[in-house]
Amino acid sequence: MRSTKPRRWGERLIEGAIKSTGIATIVFVLLIFVFLLKDSLPLFGHAKQTASLLGTRWLPTSEPEQFGLIPLLLGSLYVTLGAMVISVPLGVACAIFIAELAPQWLRELLKPLVELLAAVPSVVFGALGVLLLGPWFAKTLHLPVGQFAALGSLLLAFMAIPTIVSVSEDALHAVPRALRAGSLALGATHWQSITRVVLPTARSGLIAAGLLGLGRAIGETMTVLMVTGNAAVIPQGLKGFILPVRTMTATIAAEMGETAHNSTHYFALFFIGLLLFLITLVVNVVAEVVVHRMGREAK
Amino acid sequence: MSALPSAVGRTLTQTGEDGSQSAGQSVAEEAFLPTCEEVPCAPNILRPEGEIKLEARSLNMYYGSFQALRNVSMAIPERRITALIGPSGCGKSSFLRCFNRMNDMIDGFRLEGDVLLEGNDIYRRDLDLAYLRKRVGMVFQAPNPFPMSIYDNIAYGPRLHGRPDRSELDQIVEQSLRQAALWDEVKDKLRQSALGLSGGQQQRLCIARVLAVQPEVLLMDEPASALDPTATFHIEELMLQLMEHYTIVIVTHNMYQASRVSQYTGFFLMGELVEFGHTEQIFETPRDKRTDDYIRGRFG
Amino acid sequence: MTRPHLVHPRHVQNMMYIVLSLMAAVVVLPVLGLLAYMMIKGLAGLNPDLFLKGSQALLPAMVGTLYLVLLTAAIAAPIGIAAAVYLSEYAHRGILVRLIRLAIINLAGVPSVVHGLFGLALFVMMLKFGRCLLSGAATMALLVLPLIISASEEALRQVPQRLRDGSLALGATRWQTIRRVVLPNALPGIMTGLILSISRAAGETAPILFTAAFLSLTNPYPESLFDEILALPYQLFVMTSEMPSVPAETKWATAFVLVVLVLGLNIGAILWRTHLRRAKRW
Repeated sequence: MRSTKPRRWGERLIEGAIKSTGIATIVFVLLIFVFLLKDSLPLFGHAKQTASLLGTRWLPTSEPEQFGLIPLLLGSLYVTLGAMVISVPLGVACAIFIAELAPQWLRELLKPLVELLAAVPSVVFGALGVLLLGPWFAKTLHLPVGQFAALGSLLLAFMAIPTIVSVSEDALHAVPRALRAGSLALGATHWQSITRVVLPTARSGLIAAGLLGLGRAIGETMTVLMVTGNAAVIPQGLKGFILPVRTMTATIAAEMGETAHNSTHYFALFFIGLLLFLITLVVNVVAEVVVHRMGREAK
Repeated sequence: MSALPSAVGRTLTQTGEDGSQSAGQSVAEEAFLPTCEEVPCAPNILRPEGEIKLEARSLNMYYGSFQALRNVSMAIPERRITALIGPSGCGKSSFLRCFNRMNDMIDGFRLEGDVLLEGNDIYRRDLDLAYLRKRVGMVFQAPNPFPMSIYDNIAYGPRLHGRPDRSELDQIVEQSLRQAALWDEVKDKLRQSALGLSGGQQQRLCIARVLAVQPEVLLMDEPASALDPTATFHIEELMLQLMEHYTIVIVTHNMYQASRVSQYTGFFLMGELVEFGHTEQIFETPRDKRTDDYIRGRFG
Repeated sequence: MTRPHLVHPRHVQNMMYIVLSLMAAVVVLPVLGLLAYMMIKGLAGLNPDLFLKGSQALLPAMVGTLYLVLLTAAIAAPIGIAAAVYLSEYAHRGILVRLIRLAIINLAGVPSVVHGLFGLALFVMMLKFGRCLLSGAATMALLVLPLIISASEEALRQVPQRLRDGSLALGATRWQTIRRVVLPNALPGIMTGLILSISRAAGETAPILFTAAFLSLTNPYPESLFDEILALPYQLFVMTSEMPSVPAETKWATAFVLVVLVLGLNIGAILWRTHLRRAKRW
């Protein structure tokens, strides 16, 4: 075996390099976290700015500066919630349609189509909103402006739907055929089998689908920036949906370009980034845990 | 046992929703003749005399271009256990699934000939499939309890077919579990997940689940093949008890099982029904050489 | 007493099937309609001047996007494919693998604008690359990395185990087996996955917002890695949301070009993948 040793050395090196790329992914996530933390911590050096974080006004360029996050958090909440209300039922219904109802040819048409939907760049959805849908909604529904929260929700919903459809469909496919057969053999209609056996069995997968869609919607930037009007106000009740709002992501995108490096404003934007990072982290980890549990239940 | 009177001896003239019910009829006399009237088939196919529950006439079944059944005709007597035996892939399971139309879902499935339940064609276009399957229950090869509680598994069927109230449901669950000889083992944990039961218990749960919809026929597709000998013994005991009220058709590749539990046996080979008759006759004096070969273990 | 269903289950089923079909149609048809509308509008606005003349010329933006995409692929593909090889060929179950998978999931879930912040803090500021092609591509590479890893891993897993076993049984080492048997067989799958992932980079805007993109350049074509670039999606964004004076046809046409570019890449990759699956050689 000694004679092969030199070559083994080369292989060791390559294998080490390969392994290090795997570990690099962990390092990247940690790096992102560290850099977000590093550039948002200075914000807490000034008592006054720290206190203003919980305020209701986001006025980064006024004197004195105010960095109230409440309107931004609520803005994100409104837009995301609206997107979920639209996308979860539609996405799950579409997944059921594809997995259970559609004939083979339609399924083979729909699946790539949904995948393609996911590939449409977010600026394109934004442009559609600005150029066509916004003005059209404003005119048809007599809204005060063509840029409002619900329009963001609608477009985000269509961006979250592909994720929801594909994860839900996987979950539905993971339901053993024997359970469907068992249900049908007891005299259940197909629809009864879907609602009483298939959906409950696929429950965790469907929840994960919703969570992953949620993660996508919270983090979406360009579309929201373009169509929701970006007014940092506190949305009031249901009416808030037809008025402009400003989300966390849009705030970063709109303001970072005009901010002096290492200013308080700069730190505040990084802090918003840190919050977004943590929120999506929690959502994705929970989704992963749920999916993992589904995998175990299937056995 | 008068636990499930409505399941016994239903005389139905139509497969309508309101099947009229009558009291249990006396079991027909054990006087079947080994003749072959009205069915144009080989002389080795017995037509049992008396009440015929299920009947297949000249069945040809195809999956795409593959022919799974070749001109199969068989009459299945009421409240008896009929075993279908034969090597793997001989068509016995496909044949069994004709009786509750579980083949319909398979792509490329095509059937020629008639399948009758008490004289009524079950492949009619206007047939209520759900109602057929309520009357003709099925137990699958591997236990397939739903991932819900034991109680909900049993209650599943009754809830499908109507809106039973609580006390009635409790009663159905208990009766069905008792009939399936599972009650004593699970009565204290009805709310626990059915997935926690052992394989044999799960299969008895699946039988109880079928009994809860009060079927007339039980189709069993190798119900014990995934179970250990003790659990198998339990299931076989259970079948003999259930025979009192139900027409049972069991597919098995275990010839000992067939000879232990059944009164009639059909032997399938390559999609053909080679021989059908009394179980003792099939196992002791088979008429067809192929049956003889199989019984003596010359086929896989 | 068992009461009958209020509505016969079969009627419920028929009703629900109609509802579900309608909902599925709502998912697909409006977006297709909108895209079709955009295509028609955009096609009408297309003309040679659009690509070459004026401050909104598309050609520099397309070139910028091309550079960005190529450099992103050059950075992300080696890391991504190597990580996929590790996960598929070397890694066993264990805490490290679970951590790596968790990291990939989180990397995929990080909002793109947060990637932009990270790129700004690390590449632009700390490493002092400045706002340039390299910073943008490095940021974008991090964004597409998880996509490349998952796509490549799937392609690697499609290679049947018996091919590996056959090679190992001939006395090949693990790395030899990977290099001579596994990778060549998985390569088409990896390439299609790569194209799909990279098309993401062609359409993303938020990550390059503060790391690479700039609108009014003295020289529209970058000459080095440290030049700022134009990019098609960025240009569309600025045009539609900050330049009301630009005629609508120009905006539609820009959107059209972007969609054709990105979806073209996608459709190409999907067709190629379908072809590969049909012509499975093993």
